[in-house]
Amino acid sequence: MPKATERPPLPAMPVVIVEPTRFWVALDLRGLWAYRELLYFLTWRDVKVRYKQTLLGAAWAILQPLLTMLIFTLFFGQLAGVPSDGIPYPIFAYAGLLPWTFFSNSVTGSGNSLVGSSNLITKVYFPRMIIPSAAVTAGLVDFAIAFVVLIGLMIYYQIAVTWSVLMLAPLTLLTTMLALAVGMWLSALNVKYRDIRYALPFLMQLWMFVSPIIYPVSMLPARWRWVLELNPLTGIISGFRAALLGRAFDWTALGISTGISLALLVYSAFSFRRMEKSFADIV
Amino acid sequence: MQPIIRVKNLGKQYRIGAREAAYSTLRESLVETLRAPLNRLRRNGASDDETIWALKDLNFEIMEGEVVGIIGRNGAGKTTLLKILSRITEPTTGRAELYGRVGSLLEVGTGFHPELTGRENVFLNGAILGMKKTEIESKFDEIVSFAEIEKFLDTPVKRYSSGMYVRLAFAVAAYLDPEILIVDEVLAVGDSTFQKKCLGKMQAVAGEGRTVLFVSHNIGAVQQLCTRAILLNNGSVVLDDSPQKVASHYLSMGMERVGERVWADQSQAPGDDVARLRAVRVLDRHGNICTSFDVRDPVSIEMEYSVLQDQDLLDASLYFYNERGELLFVSIEDLRAQAAGNYRSTCHIPPDFLNDGQIYLLAALTDEKTVHTIQRDIVNFSVTDSMDPQGARGTYRAEWPPGAVRPRLEWKVDWNPNPGPEPSKKVNDD
Repeated sequence: MPKATERPPLPAMPVVIVEPTRFWVALDLRGLWAYRELLYFLTWRDVKVRYKQTLLGAAWAILQPLLTMLIFTLFFGQLAGVPSDGIPYPIFAYAGLLPWTFFSNSVTGSGNSLVGSSNLITKVYFPRMIIPSAAVTAGLVDFAIAFVVLIGLMIYYQIAVTWSVLMLAPLTLLTTMLALAVGMWLSALNVKYRDIRYALPFLMQLWMFVSPIIYPVSMLPARWRWVLELNPLTGIISGFRAALLGRAFDWTALGISTGISLALLVYSAFSFRRMEKSFADIV
Repeated sequence: MQPIIRVKNLGKQYRIGAREAAYSTLRESLVETLRAPLNRLRRNGASDDETIWALKDLNFEIMEGEVVGIIGRNGAGKTTLLKILSRITEPTTGRAELYGRVGSLLEVGTGFHPELTGRENVFLNGAILGMKKTEIESKFDEIVSFAEIEKFLDTPVKRYSSGMYVRLAFAVAAYLDPEILIVDEVLAVGDSTFQKKCLGKMQAVAGEGRTVLFVSHNIGAVQQLCTRAILLNNGSVVLDDSPQKVASHYLSMGMERVGERVWADQSQAPGDDVARLRAVRVLDRHGNICTSFDVRDPVSIEMEYSVLQDQDLLDASLYFYNERGELLFVSIEDLRAQAAGNYRSTCHIPPDFLNDGQIYLLAALTDEKTVHTIQRDIVNFSVTDSMDPQGARGTYRAEWPPGAVRPRLEWKVDWNPNPGPEPSKKVNDD
């Protein structure tokens, strides 16, 4: 039991002020930083619980992109003859599926995270952004596991590693930011509009087809490529392939991706803060 | 002296039904947005009819080291106040300044995951409550021994008994070390041993000079723990005084008492083709409707009912519940066969029988096969303890234990001024 101690005098300024917020709310990054351990624990809980509850555990992180890759290779690579920029189709598809699976799982998990944590939201205070963020970081763990398969594939296809792989770190960060931006925004909307839950799988399906996962960007006529590049995942996925396979980076596309992702993240964070004040009342 | 909590004009407005079915579909929202300007014109800007103020214009200050009980009936705004002070929800008006770290305990075991082990949940729950990992590590052994679950530390909590679960959950919270502790109804869960442990821990916390805000229905606990109490009703402070004064005011507030329920129109009365309940009343010794009694007063419950067809068997019965919803006892009218007609039957409860507290009544008309009607919370009344030494309490001055009833029973006492080495044996007199 804590010992009785001489308490220091009260601070001159309030530690916490509770009042109605105005339209724009500061991001409270300091508060987020103070709760960084909670982010770690919630991530750890998500990962641990998933692996405890499922029969295959960590194998799911590998099976999902691996089986998708095999199906894609069979139907799109072999039967439909989709081009793959001269890269063996399996590795072409897998290098695209890797960031995509991470993005899609993170956004789905994140989008449903607030509604699934109503017991926390109505009972304890902590920066609410931690909840959708933890779902994204939990996705990172799976991403790391799925990466192991890629290394195996690269050895099998004898693909030489170049300095470009160093770009994987910033690319992963960029994907995380984009997933956080989309996931966080959807999670807040989901509290108010439960339609989101049903729209999410559909949205993810559509998004996959407008991203160059099955096909390369080069399949499109040059003058229409910019449309595809408005999708921030285009730059990211092409970037992943370039980094892994030692190809040239499309810096324009990457620049567009970074710009859009950052803008989305900032918008999403502020709009989350604006919406979060009503979470406890309506979740 | 400077207050540690300062609340100024605090108010919280809810949209009606906001807590139940607040989430909307996009379609509704779109339709609403299109309609809204029109509606606003029609309503002339007044939208108050759709909202309620759960809290209105609250002002108070709490000094460091005070242990304040917040009482009030359901819907008085107690939980809303705690949620605003814990930053879970936002006020609509006003502000609250808190000069210290707040730890709030609105529930034990928030965020516990059934699949995780006891050890893992201690860390997770601690982090959720705002503890640092190092802080949890340093208190870990104490938490585990307080919860008495050493042997099951690595067992998933889904295999715990509910007692173990609650003990562990409370133990984590008990080691939270904020300057301001906010506690809501935590004592309402668990068995009586656990409740005692909680109360003891709360007393220890209060004894350390920390500031505690404590919401409870349990007036006894508030009187025992708190140095001050705030009575809320309809979102406003009714009384802010010593726990004893506030408790007696709360108990004497007639607002939540219903001493009489009458159905004038027989077709609307609860029941069926066989029997219908017409009225239930709580009466004092003079036959007047009354809702507040002393433990030393007799209480009569009068039931009026109509039997519409001759019955071989019909029971009118009364179930007595306390404010915790515990069934105290049941009493059944001993007239069994009933000819058609109107009945008035009265159940007399002797003086010195009920314990103090709120009594809620359920009235039923049944036979062995059919329930003709069951009416919960039909009437209620309060019983207060005047500390009269003539009653069951005698000269005992401390808080009376929470038994179902408090009958005054006869005690026979033999006294021997020369105690022998052996306890006296019962000797047959004849």
